[in-house]
Amino acid sequence: MAIPPSPESGRGPRVYGWLNERLGLTTIYNSTLARMVPKTDWFYTLGSAAMILALLQGVTGMLLTIYYVPTPDHAYDSIQYIMNDVMFGWLIRGMHHWGATLLVIVVFLHMLKSYFAGAYKYPREITWLTGGVLLLVVLVMGFSGYLLPWNQKAYWATSVGTAIAGAVPVIGPLLERILRGGQEIGAVTLARFYGLHIWWIPIIVLGTIGVHLYLVIRIGITSPPERDE
Amino acid sequence: MTEQMSANPEEVDRRKFLTGIIGVVAGAVAVVVGVPTVGYLVSPGVKQANAEKWITLGPINSLTPGVPTGFPFSRSIHDGWVESSQTGVAYALTYDGQNVLVLSDVCTHLSCRVTWHEDRQEYVCPCHDGFFDIAGKVVSGPPPKPLNPFQSKVENGQIMILLEA
Repeated sequence: MAIPPSPESGRGPRVYGWLNERLGLTTIYNSTLARMVPKTDWFYTLGSAAMILALLQGVTGMLLTIYYVPTPDHAYDSIQYIMNDVMFGWLIRGMHHWGATLLVIVVFLHMLKSYFAGAYKYPREITWLTGGVLLLVVLVMGFSGYLLPWNQKAYWATSVGTAIAGAVPVIGPLLERILRGGQEIGAVTLARFYGLHIWWIPIIVLGTIGVHLYLVIRIGITSPPERDE
Repeated sequence: MTEQMSANPEEVDRRKFLTGIIGVVAGAVAVVVGVPTVGYLVSPGVKQANAEKWITLGPINSLTPGVPTGFPFSRSIHDGWVESSQTGVAYALTYDGQNVLVLSDVCTHLSCRVTWHEDRQEYVCPCHDGFFDIAGKVVSGPPPKPLNPFQSKVENGQIMILLEA
């Protein structure tokens, strides 16, 4: 945690003072970590929990790309390699696997709390809307990631999931073929789900979290509702 | 919230204590996550594959005495999750038809492949003009060491070399 600069001599404070003058570290600290918040309860930690989990998914996901190969002939074997041959591979993949489930749960609970606390009201509508986008995007993340192990469960879950898109009136069959990148689930499907999973969605997530957090800091969080006299 | 500031700056107040706890927990998390991460990233590079194998190159009576002959060889290896093969060329040389010198064709400079040039009686590395004589000793160019000899033997008229790792 940053410490406000003091006029004392010594190298630490001098280095901090030099950086602070140029970067405005104290201003950042005061407006983020040291900002005033209303008296809250444990439900107000769900947002931070979701952010930490998202961060963890990012880091473990980046580590998995070191070995994972998104092609039908290598996907399954490369994951077996991660699980059995790479040191702590089971741990990194396990964290990504369970972290994904936990993230969906925590984001959903965070949404429930915001709803029951009335946090979607003026002036926090955009915080609420970006949160809604983040919930949907996390679900897309879960769906696209589910195919990547390329085992039976992955294959058939994606078969069912894309077939649901096919039930849309009129454009359904076209939508299904676009999702799959063809008639069947195969190499093209795996590659596009991977690209979606590691590039497109994460960048959308980063941007949306940026707006969401900016608004949390700019407007502040809402007080828990109180009973009127 | 009323907070009582302690008069004595040495005294650990509530805020300082909690900040310290957060620091300790964050540090512990960093170690718990950081150590496996390093192991995860480096493990394929530091794992020792203790596989030694004798490979048959070919019959010794196919050699012309005094002329190095290149024998292509290959063997199957585990390349991560892929079963693949490793190929190479070993140069065998005999003078008496019984004792054999087998040299690796891997240049000792930066691992390009050398070839035997009968006309100039030298092994030539095309990458940076490295030249080795018939015994593998450096004649000129950047290579720091002679060509590496394989541990070799002749069994039932067949030249065999020992491949490590």
